[in-house]
Amino acid sequence: MGLLFFYSLRNLLTRRLTTILTALGMALVVFVFASIIMLAEGLKKTLVETGSSGNVVILRKSAETEVQSRIDRDQASILETLPEIALGEDGQRLIAKELLVLITMQKKNSDGIANVIIRGIGKHSFSLRPQVKLITGRMPRWGTSEIVVGQSVAKRFKNTGLQRTLSFATRSWNIVGVFDAGDTGFSSEIWGDADQLMQSFRRQTYSSVILRLRNPNLFQGLKKRISNDPRFTLGVMREKDYYLKQSETMATFLRILGISLTLIFSIGAVVGAMITMFAAVANRTAEIGTLRALGFQRKSILFAFLLESLILGFFGGCAGLLFASLLQFLTVSTMNFQTFSELAFRFSITPGIIIKSMAFSIFMGFAGGLLPAFRASRMNIVDSLREV
Amino acid sequence: MRNEELILSINNVFKSYHRGSQIVRVLENISLELERGAFLALMGPSGSGKSTLLNLIAGLDYVDQGTIEIDGVDITTLSETDLARWRSVNVGFIFQFYNLIPVLTAFENVELPLLLTSLSKRERQKHVSAALSVVNMEDRVDHYPNQLSGGQQQRVAIARAIVTDPTILVADEPTGDLDRISAENVLDLMDRLNRDLGKTIIMVTHDPSAGKRAHSMEHLDKGVLNHDL
Ligand SMILES: Nc1ncnc2c1ncn2[C@@H]1O[C@H](COP(=O)(O)OP(=O)(O)O)[C@@H](O)[C@H]1O
Repeated sequence: MGLLFFYSLRNLLTRRLTTILTALGMALVVFVFASIIMLAEGLKKTLVETGSSGNVVILRKSAETEVQSRIDRDQASILETLPEIALGEDGQRLIAKELLVLITMQKKNSDGIANVIIRGIGKHSFSLRPQVKLITGRMPRWGTSEIVVGQSVAKRFKNTGLQRTLSFATRSWNIVGVFDAGDTGFSSEIWGDADQLMQSFRRQTYSSVILRLRNPNLFQGLKKRISNDPRFTLGVMREKDYYLKQSETMATFLRILGISLTLIFSIGAVVGAMITMFAAVANRTAEIGTLRALGFQRKSILFAFLLESLILGFFGGCAGLLFASLLQFLTVSTMNFQTFSELAFRFSITPGIIIKSMAFSIFMGFAGGLLPAFRASRMNIVDSLREV
Repeated sequence: MRNEELILSINNVFKSYHRGSQIVRVLENISLELERGAFLALMGPSGSGKSTLLNLIAGLDYVDQGTIEIDGVDITTLSETDLARWRSVNVGFIFQFYNLIPVLTAFENVELPLLLTSLSKRERQKHVSAALSVVNMEDRVDHYPNQLSGGQQQRVAIARAIVTDPTILVADEPTGDLDRISAENVLDLMDRLNRDLGKTIIMVTHDPSAGKRAHSMEHLDKGVLNHDL
């Protein structure tokens, strides 16, 4: 019934101020709800895009992350002979033995410090990650103390520009280039020659070995070969799965945080909507009596007021999502709790988030409107008509 | 003993209200008959039970005892849902304070009762235009109630009351909130509805000059009908 819808809508528009205030209350909740899920989504996207499907990450068997993993030189050398490895343009096997260490660095524009990942790389590390591109400067030369930094690092930390020098692990390191790795975790890393870094950090072992499969289908075979070979104590994962798994803990944490925060806030918003709707019912008592006199049933009255509250929820949802969508233009950083390093990423809005947020907001409207609508529908006709 | 011309037959109706622990006996053994096409004024001092009787006739409330038959239907036996449906078909309401819906235009206010029928949108529009032209308000269709004077609002309300072509029109102090000229206009209009369109009208009023415009009168005093006045 079109007229009934307009009736509910216009009633909302008529009491503009209360409608706006109530909807804003709901919008705030939707904003918190949507932004935290967007955060989780953005984090997941960043980490997942860090991995590519043809790549395999090999870690020590019990290790969940590269930071915890150790692979000694012998095992790493045997890995280089595996037949499943793809060949690069230079005819060599696409495999990189890498080192991962964390150092603390000073943030720009604040006194804060944060962990940053230093990745010791091999000759093929760049070709294994085609999404990593040098944007200024040049590659580090092998056998020197030269490093390149990710764009997010360059943006967020002191002393990280081109030609600058960083001091860590008893040496000075010259920054000879800045690379961009899109919205991936690599943008938050510093890369240098693995052997040089191992020397100065006094490390005897690599952290991980990354390799490209000749064909993604060879993964199960490779996995079986490595786990059956007694010389290895290694775990094998597709690179995509590795990063997805890293994102999950964090995303779950954020989701739980988001849901508990919004549940608390939503109580306020629902109460707000309820007060607004009770006031609307009280103000329109005679009107309700009139509608009933004309022959509208109790359930039509219930429906009209409930609809009004649902539309209120819809407005709130739209406003909240509008605010939340502005966050997309923001890059934020968070602690990656798996590696305890800083990770830069963007809020990411998805159709699923939009649907969930709207459903949530409309549900708040429903919850707030139910009792008032019920009261409106229970009114006695004669009594309400006397109310003028 | 059903008479073809009898449209309303009230038999031994009692009605009381509870006020706290007190019982207020409002109507005492009311009986009344009315023929099709009548224009009755229910008169009496305030608090005598006029509105209560009118509400019972209009199916807004239930009797304690007795029957009310309208056009052959004993409405005291109807369930709440059936009674609402019955009202939408058989009763046109005219209120003292017009009771138009503020957020709907004159046109939409008149269309409102038709939403309860199975008429198509086009048919509804035809009925609404016809009703608005009867009350001479066809040039104000897009106005909202607060853009109309009291007399104009009451005319729109009358259009709303007749748009479904109900069996009876009930009016509770229809001129109670109007100045003398507007009141005369509304009474002229009701007279026209009665004479030209044959509408049966029951009007509650305590204003003698309004009462005179009706074709018959009943006086209520302390809940009892007094036919002799
Ligand atoms: N819903 C109600 N609850 C309690 N008392 C009522 C109710 N409706 C009417 N009354 C009482 O019934 C009496 C008659 O009221 P009413 O029919 O409105 O009189 P009138 O229309 O003649 O002024 C009054 O004393 C009024 O207070």
